[in-house]
Amino acid sequence: MRMLKILLWKELIQIYRDPAIIRILFIMPMIQLLILPLAADYEIKNINLGVVDHDHTEYSRKLVSKIVSSGYFRLKDYSATFQQGLNAIESDKTDLILEIPPHFERDMVNENKAPLLVAVDAVNGVKAGLGGAYIQGIIQDDNQDIRAQWIPEQHFNPRPVIEVTTADWYNPHMNYRVFMVPGILVMLVTMIGSSFASNNIVREKEMGTIEQINVSPIGKAQFILGKLIPFWMLALTVLTIGLLIARFVYGIVPLGHYVTIYIFATIYLLAILGLGLLLSTYAQTQQQSMLVSFFVTMIFNLLSGLYTPIESMPAWAQMITRFNPVSYFIEVMRMVMLKGSGLADIKYQIFALLGFAVVFNGWAILNYRKRSG
Amino acid sequence: MKQFLIFVKKEWLHIWRDRRTLFILLFMPIIQIILYGFALTNEVKNSKIAIFDQSKDEATVMISDEIAASRYFNLVKNVYTYKDMEATFRKGEIRMAIVFPPAFRYDLLHSNHAQIQLIADASDPNTANTLTNYATAVINDYQQTLDPDQRLPYTIKTEVRMLYNPELKGAYNFVPGVMALVLMLVCAMMTSIAIVKEKEMGTMEVILVSPLKPFRIIIAKTIPYLLISMLNIASILLLSVYALDVPVAGNLGLLIAESILFTITSLSVGILISNTAKTQQTAMFTSMMSLFLPTLLFSGFMFPIENMPVPLQVISNIVPAKWYFIIVKEVMIKGLGFTAVWKETLILVIMTTALLGISIYKFKIRLG
Repeated sequence: MRMLKILLWKELIQIYRDPAIIRILFIMPMIQLLILPLAADYEIKNINLGVVDHDHTEYSRKLVSKIVSSGYFRLKDYSATFQQGLNAIESDKTDLILEIPPHFERDMVNENKAPLLVAVDAVNGVKAGLGGAYIQGIIQDDNQDIRAQWIPEQHFNPRPVIEVTTADWYNPHMNYRVFMVPGILVMLVTMIGSSFASNNIVREKEMGTIEQINVSPIGKAQFILGKLIPFWMLALTVLTIGLLIARFVYGIVPLGHYVTIYIFATIYLLAILGLGLLLSTYAQTQQQSMLVSFFVTMIFNLLSGLYTPIESMPAWAQMITRFNPVSYFIEVMRMVMLKGSGLADIKYQIFALLGFAVVFNGWAILNYRKRSG
Repeated sequence: MKQFLIFVKKEWLHIWRDRRTLFILLFMPIIQIILYGFALTNEVKNSKIAIFDQSKDEATVMISDEIAASRYFNLVKNVYTYKDMEATFRKGEIRMAIVFPPAFRYDLLHSNHAQIQLIADASDPNTANTLTNYATAVINDYQQTLDPDQRLPYTIKTEVRMLYNPELKGAYNFVPGVMALVLMLVCAMMTSIAIVKEKEMGTMEVILVSPLKPFRIIIAKTIPYLLISMLNIASILLLSVYALDVPVAGNLGLLIAESILFTITSLSVGILISNTAKTQQTAMFTSMMSLFLPTLLFSGFMFPIENMPVPLQVISNIVPAKWYFIIVKEVMIKGLGFTAVWKETLILVIMTTALLGISIYKFKIRLG
């Protein structure tokens, strides 16, 4: 026990004396957390619209102004021919062309139907899909208005109507940041915790200082704990700073308890730091360990549900997410912060992470002995 | 020149002997393409939902069946009270609940008006929006069947044409993005660490007393990574064409030339970072925080840049990956020629020159 204390003291002094670490640990996450949520906005809006109007009637102008006033589209280009409209798409000036054919209004009145062409730059499939759907929705809406205007009003509605009402729980203002900030915080804590931990043992190896520890009477479990606890404390500090920023900058007050978040984070960090240390016992150089831990955390982050919903992934990828500690923490953070889930609601996730923590740390201890023994 | 080549060979041997690192460098793009291509999709499907049916009549059962049969939804639970429904949401088991009021069918038949409530977990706003849209569409379809033979006058028929990517595949967008990300990572991150490593280990002093000019030494260190990057581009393009069915629509030679240009830009960034960092750890974090995340964010491949606040849009202009991403999109996906991307190319050339210039300047001061 005394040995562990001495070891911890050494690690803390080492961290404290390296100003670069302190900078990286505290300032960078703060900057990230202030910038990332502003940038990570998936919401599709501001679609750049190009119009090719061959009709030039009051009606075609009204349709365009209706589309623009929906808030999703910005009128960026008015071309005389479709080819010119296409050039605007090619040069990335517009995302979508609405072509109104000649005699649009006349056909509508005389033949009871008229065509419209919408051409979308579909390189970004999601944006194109939603953009196409929005504009169709607005046109349909407009179509309804025309009917209502031109068909004599009927007092009795003979058709059965199902009225659909929607309620948006947990985030009634549909604010994307509320969703992203807890997830981004997890990503930052993970990246910092795991890469420092994975770098640490290997650094001693590369610098040659590990030999000194190997000849000292320190036990292997003590050694691993001595490496783990300082980073665990640092990562919890980063988490605290992040939660403060979430509260005072973004106004995100957790519906659940901070206590729940900390209990879970404590276990989570044991697991993720254990993984970092495990990688560290295998690596020979810092370059290697950093690259491996970067590679692993990248896969973990991409498959964590932070960017894309896990249910949409194919079965094999969903299988991987079950062995991905990051996906559990992101889920739990969002549940506790947005839905007010308590410890009882996250039982399953807690047990899963306890399992990871035991396996990773146990493995790291066993593996460390082999290398130095 | 001969000395230079010998030095390049030495650097190459360093990398070649560290098989683990080399393996990851070559394997990383493949894993990324597989993940982005097959695992990550913004498409919403199989979303878990619950139904709270207080009416349990012919109509509600039929609508429920229609919804459960849709590939977008996966009915996991029937709930019987509002409290139960809330608890299910809190455990994170469902993303949406559909509530039928009592006497649904009776209302529909007798007063021609009935209500359905969709309650979405809007903590994820996009998914919530999409799900309520899908459910509304299914309900509207059902409503149509109640009154099949109505003819609608004054109909606007909208034809929607999807240019360049008619099937709306995600791959058309992320292949250029992954190319930018991988080149940035391999070149900038690895070079910066490789150079700092010599400083940290003290071996830099030994190299600097050799007759080779310091800056040539640095260049020699970057060349192996240039080669690895070329291999990466090749594997990404092969996977893209043969596994993801995203063809190279434009000129392959132009695409490769632009990629080499961007690789050189990334290498210059790596050299600059290694000039300022003192330890491998700092170099690693500086590259991760100042390269990886900005590349992911500001290249435009994950998040639309035009949504960002103006200051961030301005910042995005100094991220080289943004320009390369545009170039690859135009050349590879849209099949345009050099005239469409000369501006972006010029920006990359200027950035590279400036980065190298600053590096040479700083390098002299450090060792002078």
